[in-house]
Amino acid sequence: MSDVRPVQMSSPVLTVRQVDAYHAITVVAPGIAERFRSGQFVAVAVGGEHSAMLTRRMFAIHEVKPDYGGTVEFLFTVRGKGTAWLAERRSRDLLDIIGPLGRPFPLPRDPVNCVLVGGGSGSVPLFPLAHALRRRGCRVDFVLGGATASRVFNAMTARRIAETATFTTDDGSLGTKGRVTDVLAQVIEEAYSDVVYACGPMPMLREVTAIAMHYGIPIQVSVEETMACGTGICMSCVVPVVGEDGITRMARACVDGPVFRGERVRFDDVGTVPFDALGAPGWKARSVEDQAREAG
Amino acid sequence: MPLDAETVAETAAMIPDLRVRLGELELANPVVTAAGCAGAGRELARFFDIARIGAVVTKSVTVEPRAGWPAPRIAETPSGVLSTVGLQGPGIDVFVQRDLPWLLSRGARAVVSVAGGSVDEYVTLAQRLSEAPGVTAIEVNLSSPDLSRGGEHFTADPEAAAQVVAAVRETARSDIPVFAKLSPDVADLVALAGKCVAAGADGLALVNTVRGMVIDVDTMRPAVAGGMGGLSGPAIRPIAVACVYQVHAAYPEVPIIGMGGIGTGRDALEFLLAGASAVAVGTALFHDPSACMRVLRELERELIDRGVERVESLIGAAHHGMGGLGVAAG
Repeated sequence: MSDVRPVQMSSPVLTVRQVDAYHAITVVAPGIAERFRSGQFVAVAVGGEHSAMLTRRMFAIHEVKPDYGGTVEFLFTVRGKGTAWLAERRSRDLLDIIGPLGRPFPLPRDPVNCVLVGGGSGSVPLFPLAHALRRRGCRVDFVLGGATASRVFNAMTARRIAETATFTTDDGSLGTKGRVTDVLAQVIEEAYSDVVYACGPMPMLREVTAIAMHYGIPIQVSVEETMACGTGICMSCVVPVVGEDGITRMARACVDGPVFRGERVRFDDVGTVPFDALGAPGWKARSVEDQAREAG
Repeated sequence: MPLDAETVAETAAMIPDLRVRLGELELANPVVTAAGCAGAGRELARFFDIARIGAVVTKSVTVEPRAGWPAPRIAETPSGVLSTVGLQGPGIDVFVQRDLPWLLSRGARAVVSVAGGSVDEYVTLAQRLSEAPGVTAIEVNLSSPDLSRGGEHFTADPEAAAQVVAAVRETARSDIPVFAKLSPDVADLVALAGKCVAAGADGLALVNTVRGMVIDVDTMRPAVAGGMGGLSGPAIRPIAVACVYQVHAAYPEVPIIGMGGIGTGRDALEFLLAGASAVAVGTALFHDPSACMRVLRELERELIDRGVERVESLIGAAHHGMGGLGVAAG
């Protein structure tokens, strides 16, 4: 769990706008804005005070600003009743919001070269990260992808703040036709990247991790796993992750993540409980085997 | 305007006495967390002081670590949540070494929920919790698969459930009350409750989740990995209230921790009136991590509005003059 305590507040909506194919809501939430570190998210209650929708909706924080004591912007697409309700919010409506939540992106101590890889709305948390890295004197290169041009989030901003910005689309409507992983190796080589940060769907993160490991550079991924509470109590957003001790655990994306070291996430086993995970049928057998091997 | 002494005294006199007694167990107030919705208190402590509620009822502890079900584990339903976590947890060793001492260091009362796959496992858990200092009570989660009978829940067979309760009661230190937590998915809840009480349960926790299912019509597959899951939240509240009411009618002297979709002070009051001596807030915590404190505040307000001085005076009040209602229901 992050050591920074999240706050729960009733936040007035400041603005509602459209960014590319996404809805963007900015709320006045000083307590969240001042605690925020890039990679963290907010958990928003939907449907009003007596809502029949009991799970919160989680959104990566896109931007915090000092206006009005502190504002927070998050983005979403309408995918169900909850996000449809959110899309109808207007200025001065109140939102019940908790944040900042989750483990943020760790930042390098030295001014190194960082490549930031995002797919679709997964690009959102990379923007505050890019700003934080730039403030530390890091070089930032963006690789952003999406199904089509309007789904490549914030391409203009990416161009402005990064040393280079490379885009890919499935239909070729922007940048290279293909996926981010088709161009990543070249960007890493040309930019002499020291670190990779990635956020997007699991298959993309798996491939990005493989590429980063091929080059032997650290990779931090922010996973997109369905969450229900955002605070760690419902235990629904689990991902198999290998711990420092070499043991795989069903880690909660909301409090143990969403940012993990890429090589620690068992991407091939996402959506399953690996046989040797802590508490799974095979975990004891494995530890006995290991002990036997260590004992020679 | 500063309050004069008289007004202060009047206000103080209006604050109702929230203490409740569940057999030998006295709680400062009737609001507790529901097992499986509050971890071991650590996550919620970031939102409110967990020492201020009646008790923290922990997520069910098992003998060995458990990995639980794969994701997806949860689906939202109208006013409810369907879940299949599968008792993921670190096991009793880590619980007594790490989680229990932490809860006690925060000044919280710890009611420890236990789940096993066999009578022996429940006995082990009761033993370990009796050796550990500071356990306020043990809640026996009987909606756990009985591995000796093909994974059927213990509650499916009243004899099997009674056997577990008797074994836990026998093993646990005599000053630790034992509560049997029951699911409403049984043929005869009142009979099952009776068996558990006869087997030595000091109280009952009613109710566990109701079996349910959600099918994703786009993928044409069950929405949660376990196929079926446990339904919780306000969607099951009337079922839970009926269970508490029926069991209290049959065994008015047996203390009940009531739960099932409690999200407001009024909901809590409803369970007290049905016969619960304490109320557990569960699924509401997913929506509002400070729900326990809010429910407590709202309950206090409801009592003040009704001029009720002692919350205990309302327990089971809905039964007064209602003889035979339970039989007539339906």
